Amino acid sequence: MTDALAPAEAATEPAAPAGGGGLGRYLAAKVGAALLSLALIVVLGFLLFRALLPGDAVRTMTRGRPVSAEGLAELERQYGLDLPLWRQFLRYLGNLAQGDLEQSYTFRVPVIQKIGERLGPTLLLVGVGTLIAVALGLWLGQRTAWRRDSPFDRTATGVALVLWSAPTFWVGLLLLSATSGLFPSGGITYPDTPPGFWPQALDTAHHMVLPTLTLVAVVYAQYQLVMRTSLIEEMHADHLLTARAKGLTDDQVRRRHAVPNALLPTVTLVFLHLGLVVSGAITVETVFSWPGLGLLISEALRAPDYPLLQGTFLVLAAAVVVMNLIADLLYRVLDPRVRAA
Amino acid sequence: MGRVRGRQWALGAVALVAAASAGIGAAGPAGAQERGATLRIAVTQEVDSLNPFLSYTRTGTDILRTVFEQLNTASAADMSPEPGLAERWEPAEDKLTWTYTIRQGANWSDGQPITAEDVAFTFDLMLTDEVARTANGSYTANWESVTAPDERTVVVKTKTPQTTMTALDIPIVPEHVWAGVDVGAEPAFPMVGSGPFVVTEFKESQYTRLRANKSYWRGAPKVEGIDFVYYKNSDAAVQALRNGEVDLVNGLTPTQFDALAGDADIERNNAKGKRFNELIMNPGAATADGQPIGDGHPALADARLRRAIAQAIDTKTLVDKVSGGYATEGGGYIPPLFSTYAWTPPADKARRFDLAAANTALDAAGYARGGDGVRVDPASGRPLDLRIMLHASKTFDTQSAQYIQGWLRDIGIATSLQAVSDNALNEATTGGAFDLVYSGWNGNPDPDYILSLQTCAARPNADGKGATPDSFFCDPDYDRLYAQQAAEFDPAKRAEIVKRMQEVLYDQAPMTILTYDNALEAYRKDRFAEFTVSPQPDGFIMNQQSYWGYYSATPLAGGAPSNTGTVVAVVAGAAVLLGGAVAFVLTRRRKATADDRE
Repeated sequence: MTDALAPAEAATEPAAPAGGGGLGRYLAAKVGAALLSLALIVVLGFLLFRALLPGDAVRTMTRGRPVSAEGLAELERQYGLDLPLWRQFLRYLGNLAQGDLEQSYTFRVPVIQKIGERLGPTLLLVGVGTLIAVALGLWLGQRTAWRRDSPFDRTATGVALVLWSAPTFWVGLLLLSATSGLFPSGGITYPDTPPGFWPQALDTAHHMVLPTLTLVAVVYAQYQLVMRTSLIEEMHADHLLTARAKGLTDDQVRRRHAVPNALLPTVTLVFLHLGLVVSGAITVETVFSWPGLGLLISEALRAPDYPLLQGTFLVLAAAVVVMNLIADLLYRVLDPRVRAA
Repeated sequence: MGRVRGRQWALGAVALVAAASAGIGAAGPAGAQERGATLRIAVTQEVDSLNPFLSYTRTGTDILRTVFEQLNTASAADMSPEPGLAERWEPAEDKLTWTYTIRQGANWSDGQPITAEDVAFTFDLMLTDEVARTANGSYTANWESVTAPDERTVVVKTKTPQTTMTALDIPIVPEHVWAGVDVGAEPAFPMVGSGPFVVTEFKESQYTRLRANKSYWRGAPKVEGIDFVYYKNSDAAVQALRNGEVDLVNGLTPTQFDALAGDADIERNNAKGKRFNELIMNPGAATADGQPIGDGHPALADARLRRAIAQAIDTKTLVDKVSGGYATEGGGYIPPLFSTYAWTPPADKARRFDLAAANTALDAAGYARGGDGVRVDPASGRPLDLRIMLHASKTFDTQSAQYIQGWLRDIGIATSLQAVSDNALNEATTGGAFDLVYSGWNGNPDPDYILSLQTCAARPNADGKGATPDSFFCDPDYDRLYAQQAAEFDPAKRAEIVKRMQEVLYDQAPMTILTYDNALEAYRKDRFAEFTVSPQPDGFIMNQQSYWGYYSATPLAGGAPSNTGTVVAVVAGAAVLLGGAVAFVLTRRRKATADDRE
């Protein structure tokens, strides 16, 4: 899951100097850009899957079942696939304007309902996973930077790099067979767990261990490495020398003077990554049959279930755009230099 | 200082690991062992819908067959029609009118009697409502009318003779539940049914829970219920079987199947399968009205070339090396499992693997070798350089294609391999844009559909829609025989015709059947007695044409019938885990504060 560094760099570039600046202008520019991206996503979401994904939805879905030519035609009519592409597009836009993401071919329920059902498990997995990864990454990043080139640094950085470059799928399966029988092999709860809140919650926690571990293992490295790099840059700053001269301990210097400055790029990265991580969970969800959005997408791709793909694409892409926007705004709040620019 | 911090870090890590393993130790094994007499089955395909009119996935229909009794059920022994809801059935002299006598004394799971009106209601719905035809409409497409003259009799009139009238794969629904309901909506649970089990809960992408139908007319099942648990990843499903989280798994790969051999608690079932793998040789793809489409190599229109290619493929090697022995060598079009209709090429007609003979045949047919050793098509002047298109996701395709490429090279045919996604492959096949392409189908007890794929009418219309073509084969003899078998109600006579059709296919070779896959299954023999397989003796437990496998599930004594233990253990385990984590964080914080004071 090597996703987030490039967009982070792009977004941390200072905003184009808007002559005269001002918060209002800055906001308007950023929000405008976000809206434009959203509009592009809407169009792309429709064209992308129809243009790039080969396959005939109706035939793939009915493959193996005895279905006559009339049956196929009837299904196409039900799905609106018999219409020319431009009319399908107009219909899609019309529905979208009313907040309707259309109906899934495979599940025959509104896409928005499907996404709603699956969002919860994904947010739970990704939320907990990201929290742990951020905490672990930032902590290791500081420690390794502060004691650069020590055996600890070498080991921790090496391990992080190895895990970061390992395929998610492989890490997941490895964990699964290594912990043989200690944790559930898939799903979010067992069917026979009593319905009360606590049994369900604890069973869910039990099921979450392996997917969370996998997710953390493959994403924490980027937080660690970015934190490490920015702290190393910070370490030679003059104000740290001043702090030491004041008689502060090494630890206090690190915590009070070095880390706050080094946190800036990392915070941006965290927010950017929040948008991406939902889609990044696809592989983890697939390995552990975690009933979230990622699993939904991989099912939708098989058909291909166009409305479902469009819907999930729209939601995931919008999440990235919104998180980008938040990162931009947050950066301005955190860093006085951007405000002054 | 550094050293002290390092030690603290290490201690903290050790503490966390210890806490975690304590929790794991308490939760893990218990979670696997104790459960009620519920059969837990891992399925690797998602249920699309449990609406009996809409579901067309393998898993969905498999579940629905155990929930809704059909008019006829397929016998366990050889999948031939056997009484289900219908005690008797009879076609009239005109071969168009069928009279079914409905069983007396059978009830729906809510206690209401099952009557002919329920059957007529279901069929009528499919005749009048487009949505109700979604999954099973092909059976009723040719029907004129349905009536229920009395409580026990259903009369169906068809427009032309239809052989599938005793193999109608249509769930019959209760009128008192479905009348006036939106037929496209998901049904409410528990779903009122007539089969050995009732669906009580459905969590999409997670599991489907079935409980025993105590009032089932054949007698209540011996298990309390069945849970179909969804695993997206089949390696995870196998792991779940090893751990005892599930009791039955199917769809195993040869590697997975072999790996389970050493496990004393697991019984494996190496069943003959319904599926065949074929290599289609584009015989000149055309639309239904005869317009050529696609870009197949013109030389493949020559049956002599197609036969030579078929002869150059060593199916025995494919079975042994690619399928690990878990397959049968290809022969006739219908898999040998369907013994009534299967046809094996007789010794005097069978093409045995023989590269020299294939070379001689190609020489004789005028395909002379060019300077690079590749033969040239005398008609078009094009070298025999063929594309082999295969499913990138299927191990069988990717591995066997290497062998086939080698053999074809030996007979002077150059090939390039194109591994693509399933959808891309299907699209290319439908459009005739291929030379050689992998395909495969699951057979049915009634051969009509699988045979129809090779008729002229199965070819698509001009825009590539309107039908599901397989090989674009179009042969008047074959089509005539197809029409004959469709009107022949005597199984023995029909089988004769069906075998002749397969002979035509074998001789014309628009495709060559490579292998019939075995169905590899495994179950926990420490928890369950042997299951009834179908067909017998080499059949499978899951994905039968009926419910015999699931209905026969017999829990063994000793499996603790309570899940309280599981929950207590899970609760305890998670509590320890959480406690450990909290304790770890707290110690870290205290130490950190101490550092600050230094």
